[in-house]
Amino acid sequence: MKIGVVVNEGPYTHQASDTAYQFTKASLEKGHEIYRVFFYHDGVNNATRLTVPPQDERNVQRNWSELAEKYQLDLVVCIAAAQRRGILDDSEAKRHGKGDGAANLAPGFRISGLGQLIESGIQSDRLVVFGD
Amino acid sequence: MSTLHTVNKSPFDRGSLESALAHALPGDAVLLIEDAVVGARSAAARIAEVLKAAMPACSLYVLGPDLSARGIPTTDVIDGMTVVDYAGFVDLVTGHDKTQAWL
Repeated sequence: MKIGVVVNEGPYTHQASDTAYQFTKASLEKGHEIYRVFFYHDGVNNATRLTVPPQDERNVQRNWSELAEKYQLDLVVCIAAAQRRGILDDSEAKRHGKGDGAANLAPGFRISGLGQLIESGIQSDRLVVFGD
Repeated sequence: MSTLHTVNKSPFDRGSLESALAHALPGDAVLLIEDAVVGARSAAARIAEVLKAAMPACSLYVLGPDLSARGIPTTDVIDGMTVVDYAGFVDLVTGHDKTQAWL
């Protein structure tokens, strides 16, 4: 079955992104297709490669990136929510004159628009929302 | 058309569990996750009664990993509620026509 996931909360402030990750992983392990994971509102904070949690603690961003690599997941970050919170890819960093090396979008994520959430709702058999 | 309702707030903090139960139709399922799992304890005074009253019409579930994260043994869970793991969560999502998160 095709499942779409929405994450509305950032890591380490609320359990939502952990639950979303565990749910996504369990879905894939059961053989379901994750059509897309859409990160909205504070959820975009899951997508910064600059997080450096203590070594003996889970790394939420890296967990998502590794899962994306293993299963070729489509991890989409809402562009407006991302720009407000300083989550930029190379072209956005350049467009806003933030200088070389300012991009902080983690591997496996891409920045796109809210249309991707609507499309996920249409194309997925189920849409599951995680938030606060 | 059946719906899976997910609730993630303690029923002692917010009204989302009771809102979900008020909107759930016969045949729907309600899954308690995150802080909502504290409501699944049979010793949870008023809330246990609210959940038991909903049970004939709706099936009630609670996420086991979130119970253990909060030190609640599954033996404390209200009779008739089913403890599921994340794979069980996925089965509940696919087994109902849609999922409604009561955030």
